[in-house]
Amino acid sequence: MTFLNRKDIIGILLLALVIVVILPVCLDAFRLNLVGKYLTYGFVALGLVLCWGDAGILSLGQGIFFGLGGYCMAMFLKLEASTPENTKIQSTPGIPDFMDWNQITSLPWFWQPFHSLTFTLVAVPLVPMLLAFVIGLAMFKRRVGGTYFAIITQAVASILTILIIGQQGYTGGVNGITDLRTLHGWDIRPDHAKYVLYFVNAGLLIACVLLAQFVRRSKLGRILVAMRDKEDRVRFSGYDVANFKIFVFCLAAGLAAVGGAMFTLQVGFMSPSFVGIIPSIEMVIFCAVGGRTSILGAIYGALMINWARTTFSEDLPQVWLLAMGALFILVVVAFPNGLAGIYRRYLDPLVDRVMPPGGGRAGGRAPTMAAVEGPHASATVAK
Amino acid sequence: MLMGYSFGDLGSIMAMQGFAGLSLFSVFVLMALGLAIIFGQMGVINMAHGEFMILGAYVTYLTSLTFTNYLPSLFSIYFFVAVTLAFCASGALGMLVEWALIRQLYRRPLDTLLATWGLSLILQQVYRSVFGAREVGVDQPDWMMGATNLSDTIQIPINGLIVMALTAVISIFVYLLIYRMKWGRQVRAVMSNRAMAGAVGIDTEKVDRYTFGIGCGIAGVAGSAFTMIGSTSPTAGQLYIVDTFLIVVFGGAQSLIGTIASAFTISQARSILEFFLSGSMAQVLVLLTVVGILMLRPQGLFVLKIRR
Amino acid sequence: MSKDEKSGHTRSHSRRRLLQVAAALPAISVLPRRGYAAAPATAAVNTTGLAVTDDSVTVGILHSITGTMAISETGSVEAEKLAISQINSEGGVLGRQIKIIQEDGASDWPTFAEKAKKLLVNDKCAAVFGCWTSASRKAVLPVFEQYNGMLYYPTFYEGLEQSKNVIYTGQEATQQILAGLDWVNRTKGSKTFYLLGSDYIWPRTSNKIARKHIENHLTGCKVVGEDYFPLGSTQFNSVINKMKLVKPDVIYAIIVGGSNVAFYKQLKAAGVDLSKQTLLTISVTEDEILGIGGENIAGAYACMKYFQSLDNPNNKLFVPAFKKMWGEKSVIGDVTQAAYLGPNLWQLTAEKAGSFDIDKIAAASPGVEFKGAPEGYVRIHENHHLWSRTRVGRARLDGQYDVIYETADLVEPNPFPKGYQ
Repeated sequence: MTFLNRKDIIGILLLALVIVVILPVCLDAFRLNLVGKYLTYGFVALGLVLCWGDAGILSLGQGIFFGLGGYCMAMFLKLEASTPENTKIQSTPGIPDFMDWNQITSLPWFWQPFHSLTFTLVAVPLVPMLLAFVIGLAMFKRRVGGTYFAIITQAVASILTILIIGQQGYTGGVNGITDLRTLHGWDIRPDHAKYVLYFVNAGLLIACVLLAQFVRRSKLGRILVAMRDKEDRVRFSGYDVANFKIFVFCLAAGLAAVGGAMFTLQVGFMSPSFVGIIPSIEMVIFCAVGGRTSILGAIYGALMINWARTTFSEDLPQVWLLAMGALFILVVVAFPNGLAGIYRRYLDPLVDRVMPPGGGRAGGRAPTMAAVEGPHASATVAK
Repeated sequence: MLMGYSFGDLGSIMAMQGFAGLSLFSVFVLMALGLAIIFGQMGVINMAHGEFMILGAYVTYLTSLTFTNYLPSLFSIYFFVAVTLAFCASGALGMLVEWALIRQLYRRPLDTLLATWGLSLILQQVYRSVFGAREVGVDQPDWMMGATNLSDTIQIPINGLIVMALTAVISIFVYLLIYRMKWGRQVRAVMSNRAMAGAVGIDTEKVDRYTFGIGCGIAGVAGSAFTMIGSTSPTAGQLYIVDTFLIVVFGGAQSLIGTIASAFTISQARSILEFFLSGSMAQVLVLLTVVGILMLRPQGLFVLKIRR
Repeated sequence: MSKDEKSGHTRSHSRRRLLQVAAALPAISVLPRRGYAAAPATAAVNTTGLAVTDDSVTVGILHSITGTMAISETGSVEAEKLAISQINSEGGVLGRQIKIIQEDGASDWPTFAEKAKKLLVNDKCAAVFGCWTSASRKAVLPVFEQYNGMLYYPTFYEGLEQSKNVIYTGQEATQQILAGLDWVNRTKGSKTFYLLGSDYIWPRTSNKIARKHIENHLTGCKVVGEDYFPLGSTQFNSVINKMKLVKPDVIYAIIVGGSNVAFYKQLKAAGVDLSKQTLLTISVTEDEILGIGGENIAGAYACMKYFQSLDNPNNKLFVPAFKKMWGEKSVIGDVTQAAYLGPNLWQLTAEKAGSFDIDKIAAASPGVEFKGAPEGYVRIHENHHLWSRTRVGRARLDGQYDVIYETADLVEPNPFPKGYQ
């Protein structure tokens, strides 16, 4: 595995130890299920590390892809839960309950394919990636970048939210799709099912971490970083910058979608409150706090902030909002590389002394050691 | 939908719809102008813009309470005092924020976005703790309520007239400031080429601070105007933020004329569509069209050509 | 529950305090007194492992304290705490004092589901008083059904739901809508209706029921317009112009949240005089008028089951007690009162069932009557909704309602109305 040096392997093993061994042993089923939920945000943070940390594309609409993946899975689960005998008190048995309340009498055409598990599993990453491709194609080919792109992703998130809420007959509206029960006959609600889902989730996450690291260490990854720092030079060197941006944006979308689907399975419902602007920005914060150029950092960041949120909101909800706001500001102003940056500056040298880096690059977690964040900062578009 | 209305009826409706569109236009201009100054002139994205607006609204609320309790005879003019106070309060807070926070982040626009988002959370919680989570009602003097009748069938809300007047005043003020006064020239210089402007002796830090302050002050005035037409609560600022950003981006961030043109287009389109379709569909259609046009012409409607 | 430890005080001082406290109690004694001596054994009242001890029982309050819904849900929290403190001062439930665990839903439905699970699984609450929006209720419903909890839900809503694990203390759509439409048709001769709503399930479903009723049950009446606006929208000038053009007899408005304020202000600014143009709403309570401003909505009619200005002996005790606890400026809307019913109904049901077990409470609920309800009287139906009266009130300049009409009988709740779906 040339894309992993010794430090990387240790880092990943440590992560695996924490999420696969330590947490399941220490926590009860309820709390572990919560951790599973936090880990699904880790998928989104992972995508953002590639997309934002490495390639410098800030997407404030990752909720779109998280939500689309989640909705695809939810549609499959809902259809399975809406068998004719389960729904016999409805006017039209066999269709989801919210369609019945909206006087819809037959399943709409775009719901039909979700009867099949294979189709769903394919659609979960593919549909969001398709949307990301369209957006990316339109934007990056025209060299829209930076702040404009961020605002447009916000607008798209807003549009999608309004559409989902407004078309409540087809999507469940603001309530979302609730009351999901079985996955291909296997009940997802009891505790032992939550355990299984947790481990599947953890396994998928580790796999995605490996994938992300592979992408970074490849030649592609180096081009991405070069693009972030000096886009014009990369262009002059003959590379089609737009294609790379589209690729990484679609990859981030796909990762977010997988997270969304796992979220639906573990939490048991999906609603438009994950699609909009606010959750999208929060997902960026997980990545920022953990360290936008650090894959493992992003996952720990997602875990820690969500854990903090649950704990604080149980005791001091008002204080939590102030704390979160202050955390944003602190992370952005004082610690632009997040927790990983702190680790790199203070702990890494100690680790190096104990364990000299053998084979592979120094400073194992990111190909570049840019201490100061420097995405191409112009607010205007290259002419 | 058009059948069954007499010509006269249609005429009145067109007049009232036109006015509704103009009224929406002035609302958008007020919201967007402050942001356009900050974003266009300084490249800073201020996600807390809505909260500065709400600060203006709360200041108006406090002013109306003070006048009701201590100066009831002067209540009918309290609104003008409130607008001035709102401008000063939001402007002062803006300058403080610039000094404490934004100043550190000038080369990193994406980071200012995140940092100001954190600021907006903090401000919302502060409002909630000070004023309560509930909405507060702002009383208006009698002469500001109701409508005037231009003719038998055409009625124009007085609120709308006041908002339009306020918008006109603010726009003229901004125009004079940026294009006719020495200070405005300095702002434009800094915006075109910060390094050169500093080299010729302009105090770029001071210019930035005052620009940010004025942008936030205008937001405060907008919030003050909104107490007449909307609600005042800790989270009300969130209602306006996405629309405001789109207007600024659509118009071309560095051009104030562009902002005004874009506000006009979007407000008229939405107003007309709302008449024929439902509110939700109108909003989605307008958003989709704006996003579509931005995809084709990403720099917005009006572009400032400068050499970099 | 704070009990003053009287250490360091002399006996006569503490006796005087006791007399002072006792003198203040009569205002709150709506329920019969029970003493600690009557507490049944824990093993008898709790066979399912709920958080019950010999002298306390734990319940949960699950509302939004932060976020956009905090505006609306604050009143419900206040009412539930008032009810619980009153019950405790009367001796509690089955001789036990009620302890509260409060969680914040943060206006976020997934958080509601998560906290609901915590209250039921970790804290083992014997009852939960909570939720406000339909979305939050739908999110927690599977949790309550899976872990067999009991939720007391206070908001008037669209119906189409019924669960063994929920008691709906607010009106469902037919209770709120049908009587009001009949009244306006009968007393004002209204024939044309313009339906307005915020764009989500409650207004859409309610307007569907309203439309069916207008077109099929009221002679010669029709719907001349129907429009929806996204949640949080603040521009209504276009639809106000539309309505001016069409001149309906009745504007039927189900606008929700912050949009409410914008709508009524703009309506007034457009010169629509609510003393001449009839406007009937089912979404504006005294709480909303605080934000809208009485002068902007005076003259509009609202269809609720409770108004703060109701004149009956129960309400005359309830309103001062609420104001004493939460401030003189408090207003009490329909949902706040429905939230107040929750703990009281639970206490009565538990006493009737002689147990805290959820299955026994669910079985004992139908038929439980609360004669001390500020709205007069309510009774739980087999479908876990409440028999209650429908009232129509007219908004006044000071933000209160004049109660103009009330149904002669209790209206039966019908969450799955035939012919209206």
